[in-house]
Amino acid sequence: MSNLASRRDHDLYILIGLTLVLAAVFAVVFGESMYSARNLRSMAYQMPEFGLLALGMMLAFLIGGIDLSIVAVANTSGIMTALVLTGVWLPGLSGYGVVAAAVATGLTAAVAFGLFNGFLIAKLSASPIIATLGTMTFYSGIGMALTGGKGITGLPSAFTSFGTAEMLGVPVIFVCFVAVAAALSAFLSRTALGRRMYLYGENPLAARFSAIDVERIGFWVYGVIGLLAGMSGHIVISRVNSAKVGYGDAYQLQALLVCVIGGIHPQGGRGKTLGVVCAVILMQMLSSAFTILRFSPYAKKLIWGSMLIVMLGLEYLSAKQNVRRELRQKIVH
Amino acid sequence: MSNLVLQAKALSKKFVGVQALDKVSLDIEAGTIHCLAGENGSGKSTFVKTISGIYQPDEGEIVLNGNVYAALTPAHAMREGVQVIYQDLSLFPYMSLAENIALNRLRLDGVKIVDWKEVWRVAKEQTEKIGVDVDLNATAIETSMAGRQIAAICRALSQDARLLFMDEPTAALTRQEVDRLLKVVCELKNNGLSVVFISHKLDEIFRISDNITIFRDGKKVGDFESARLDEKSLAYHMTGRDVRYPRYRREAEAAAAPLLAVKGLSKQGHYHDVSFEIRRGDILGLIGLLGSGRTELAMSLFGLNPPDTGVVAFEGKTARISSPVEAKRLGIALLPEDRGSQGLFRERGIRENITSTLLDRLAVGLRAIDAHREREIAEEGVKKLRIRAPGVETPVGTLSGGNAQKVVVAKWSAANPKLFIMDSPTVGIDIGSKAEIYEMVQSFAKGHMAVLFITDELEELMCNCNRVLVMANHRIIAALDEGDMEQPGAERRIADLIGGSARKEEERGVRI
Repeated sequence: MSNLASRRDHDLYILIGLTLVLAAVFAVVFGESMYSARNLRSMAYQMPEFGLLALGMMLAFLIGGIDLSIVAVANTSGIMTALVLTGVWLPGLSGYGVVAAAVATGLTAAVAFGLFNGFLIAKLSASPIIATLGTMTFYSGIGMALTGGKGITGLPSAFTSFGTAEMLGVPVIFVCFVAVAAALSAFLSRTALGRRMYLYGENPLAARFSAIDVERIGFWVYGVIGLLAGMSGHIVISRVNSAKVGYGDAYQLQALLVCVIGGIHPQGGRGKTLGVVCAVILMQMLSSAFTILRFSPYAKKLIWGSMLIVMLGLEYLSAKQNVRRELRQKIVH
Repeated sequence: MSNLVLQAKALSKKFVGVQALDKVSLDIEAGTIHCLAGENGSGKSTFVKTISGIYQPDEGEIVLNGNVYAALTPAHAMREGVQVIYQDLSLFPYMSLAENIALNRLRLDGVKIVDWKEVWRVAKEQTEKIGVDVDLNATAIETSMAGRQIAAICRALSQDARLLFMDEPTAALTRQEVDRLLKVVCELKNNGLSVVFISHKLDEIFRISDNITIFRDGKKVGDFESARLDEKSLAYHMTGRDVRYPRYRREAEAAAAPLLAVKGLSKQGHYHDVSFEIRRGDILGLIGLLGSGRTELAMSLFGLNPPDTGVVAFEGKTARISSPVEAKRLGIALLPEDRGSQGLFRERGIRENITSTLLDRLAVGLRAIDAHREREIAEEGVKKLRIRAPGVETPVGTLSGGNAQKVVVAKWSAANPKLFIMDSPTVGIDIGSKAEIYEMVQSFAKGHMAVLFITDELEELMCNCNRVLVMANHRIIAALDEGDMEQPGAERRIADLIGGSARKEEERGVRI
């Protein structure tokens, strides 16, 4: 009996196939300009900051929520780190001490931001979309208050070297992203807590009635999302050597889009990490193609937006198809 | 003779391998009350949905007022005067009764802007037609169940109903309210309307119906004039056999200390001053109508509805059950009233549903789940509860009601609870699964589990419970111990207690 689980794997194979086909098509169309070592490396540098945000969004989707504040968390957490790095906060530290203190400050703030989202959503039962829309503005507001909207530049090289470091020709930040994705994948598919997250996402009420502590899970999941966003924020500032409110606003929509393409069901309870990783690669290739074709940033936004709408439409159609297919199978057996 | 409102000719309908309707033919005359009787899943509801245009029959034809249809849409059916009142009534809770009654009529007339005078006129006209007095200003949610029923009937009448289906209209009503509703139904009949009444309750069926059609396993067993049947023969035709369930008697020693002792438990608006004790090996029945406070009490004992005052002691120690997690830690399980939304993860397989309560036992912290052990537990549950499914990975959403309910029982019994609270465990499941669930519950109790068995069916209460609490109007109004239950008139006594409480409410002047 082919059941739902294997059908979902089926979708994943389609996605992997699609990615490979696109890679082949791009090889023919763009040739060197897409697959030069330089372009590959620059793709590997760009993927992590946005890939980590997408993983965060995936976690929110899995438990049937959404997090619209991830980019705000990333930026504001980066700003706090930058403030310590430049000696505005905690002056008197030096060398690696300042880097450690800065990263600790930034990531702690990011987790705190995430947990505050979790508190609103899981403990106060606020609607995730409204709560994180509110905290998005709130967290950006904090960043704005701290910087007055100006960029903080002149970060010490002890910190920025991390963003450009390479291991055997592969950017360290890319290795970090792959490691995080692998860890999340194992966590979600193998541990009891991962299973509980899926159950919670599928039916929060039944999860409560099954003595699953949904409040606690929701609270901490948003905390982890905050951590992922914070990591992304650190990668950004170490790469561009400045921290500023409003960086990477387009990532918010792209993270949503990647989750939908990656087969993470917005209603919760369905999807795999591998799908998201695949979709991140797919998006990065498209994004590079747009750059090679010299699309304006406005045109890019337009394309991402329309893609999201088209994907949701496809999702709807395929769900309808699947219902029919299942019915037919059941009648046969 | 074309006095027939409805002629169904050899209707068949098949779902996912189940023949829900098998060549059912049925005639309904104008101005009669016709009862459809049958077990859950016998095809009554499918029949109603086919006539009202929700399902299209695979074979057969439907003749309404002389017009022949191979299949109907809901719009067609309504145009022919078919109206259905479902059990949930489908009223808008925060709109007044007047609006609820009149809005469909106005929509039918193509009115785009609401004229409040017209709303009132339509609503008044309908209530006067059946001679009842309800507060049309009140919102549906402030109105009693009986009042809502009346509103739903008026809504149907306002749309020129000629054939009115009522699905289990009395399930949530007290006896007095039932009497009044049945009077209204007779009034409808005198006005020339045909009413098709679907009910489980045999005495009601006999009181009002002219004709009875019995369904079993998707087939029509036969049409009977109600005068020619009695309760016994009706039950026999419905089930196809003489159903006798074994009666449960507690075997554990009598003097054991109570497992759970509840004292003076109250929650504003839910239940008041509830006290009782339950020992290991007890199946304590809690009977009461929908809305008597029984479900709210069950939720409180499972940590989902914190009480205002009162004391709960579990195994002799005072317990503050503040969450389901805490309840489970103590050894309390709850089979919820609504298994679809509260008990099951419908898209997930049987395996993941059964182990949803056991994950802490299958993996510690960040260690991987023991997949082999998990599968074993699931297979054991399927075997023990005789869940009929292609495999342990079958999504539970595709199972029948009875098998799905067994999954919920399996998921909690695998956690080895000391106290198992079962809220309406046999609602909407077939008679075979029912018997198997009774057997399971009794074997749990023989294995020294305590069971709190919540139901509104007297028959299952009598066969499964060795002690009984009767709940009405948010209070426990009587407690019957083992001796009382052995008395010959125990069943009658419980029925009277439930009915009696309704009468008292009547005297206090509760209007519908």
